[in-house]
Amino acid sequence: MAAEKSIITVVGKDQFGIIARVTMFLYENNVNVEDISQTIVGGFFNMMMIVDTSTSTISFMDLSMQLEELGKKIGVLIKLQREDIFKSMQRI
Amino acid sequence: MININEVIETNQMIEKENLDVRTVTLGISLLDCISDNIETLCSKVYDKITRTAENLVSVCREIEREYAIPIVNKRISVTPAALVGASACRSTEDWISLAKTLDRAADTVGVNFLGGFSALPAKGMTNAERQLILSIPKALACTEHVCASVNLASTKTGINMDAVSLMGQVIRDTAAQTADRDSIGCAKLVVFCNAPDDNPFMAGAFHGVSETDCVINVGVSGPGVINHAIQGVKGRDFGTLCDTVKKTAFKVTRLGQLVAMEASRRLGVPYGIVDLSLAPTPAVGDSIAEILESMGLEKTGAPGTTAALALLNDQVKKGGIMASSYVGGLSGAFIPVSEDHGMIDAVECGALTIEKLEAMTCVCSVGLDMIAVPGDTPASSISGIIADEMAIGMINQKTTAVRIIPAAGKKTGDTVFFGGLLGSAPVMKVNTFSCEDFIARGGRIPAPVHSFKN
Repeated sequence: MAAEKSIITVVGKDQFGIIARVTMFLYENNVNVEDISQTIVGGFFNMMMIVDTSTSTISFMDLSMQLEELGKKIGVLIKLQREDIFKSMQRI
Repeated sequence: MININEVIETNQMIEKENLDVRTVTLGISLLDCISDNIETLCSKVYDKITRTAENLVSVCREIEREYAIPIVNKRISVTPAALVGASACRSTEDWISLAKTLDRAADTVGVNFLGGFSALPAKGMTNAERQLILSIPKALACTEHVCASVNLASTKTGINMDAVSLMGQVIRDTAAQTADRDSIGCAKLVVFCNAPDDNPFMAGAFHGVSETDCVINVGVSGPGVINHAIQGVKGRDFGTLCDTVKKTAFKVTRLGQLVAMEASRRLGVPYGIVDLSLAPTPAVGDSIAEILESMGLEKTGAPGTTAALALLNDQVKKGGIMASSYVGGLSGAFIPVSEDHGMIDAVECGALTIEKLEAMTCVCSVGLDMIAVPGDTPASSISGIIADEMAIGMINQKTTAVRIIPAAGKKTGDTVFFGGLLGSAPVMKVNTFSCEDFIARGGRIPAPVHSFKN
């Protein structure tokens, strides 16, 4: 199956276990993490993951909504977006 | 590979700078619905719209979720009703029942506006077009989603002054019919010179006869993004300023292009154009006036405003054209007064007048937009304002428009409230010297000479 790259961003106050909880959720849904990077912007923890959603056991919509829910539980903002939006805006 | 800073920049534009896709508009041809029977026509029109646009709203919602980008409006444009209904509609009542059908169809598929209750009498007016135009005040009063437009002039045909004269009265009547709602009917009625066939923006959207059966047109936005970028180059020279606007417009337009392609693929409908317009909303941080002020004007309307707007408009096009394979519609900066809090402020403090706005329309899309004037402004003066704007479009080979609200019972300095995207508008002073004898002449203003450009 062709890779379907998507970007997960996590923004919020740094705390223990954010990466662990997000990656565990992805593991449970058969989503592979290809890259992780993080930075601090304006005192906020910003993390970006490049993931392949083509192997996911649930639909993109469900993945997106459940990640949002997980974010609410942890107290951070989690967003799942298809990679095309960044590629089209940031590359010629 | 995409890096974290690029992701943060894009998401900041969406979350903090009001970047969105302003409209995904599905254009639908109704030419195959034509009948000489009004009931048959209405039933065919309703079926065609509801069948073609069935998934429009749900597909747009999917795209919003998958890219985390708001699509503010989902809309429909249809073939100008004057062409579709000419055979079946024999009275203004028939035209009103066609408008109600369009409204019902829009309601069923869940779009907020449907454009195309339109006529195109740029040179001459058919009897059907006259009847449709006369039905506009009531049609807009008894429908919620329907928008009307009338193309009164073009560079090729000149200005149909009979139609201009008629529209002055029709706009007054439309205001009167919706007097209990601050004359909101006029916010859904626009007159044009050189109306484009593929405009996705309301109130002037219609699906022109040069178009295919159905098509997806997308209008991008992003005044807040441009403003933020300009604030980053404060005090720098014009070369830097222009470059900044151009690069930012490129990114904004690429987003529109992506959404247009996705909507087209998922709906199985061809992609038409991306409209490069910078469209403001009443929200703070989503204003064209703020951009002009970030360039160095104390208030919009100050000397230099026309130059600043010309620069903005041109750079948005230069950046946008590079970003999209097909550009169309109105493409430029919109300067509606009621939909832009910076414009409202400028009017309220006396910096911005109708005359200055008219000058600004020479260098931007589209025209005198969402301008409230006193309710007792004579129909002939409204026609005069329209004629001026049509002349600017005709001579300069550009689209110009007038969406003016002679707010019933209101005087200069009062405010009208429309709510939502339409915002609120201060009632502006109109020059009170008469043009009645000029408008009363009737006939046409001939097409201009296309050489000796001075």
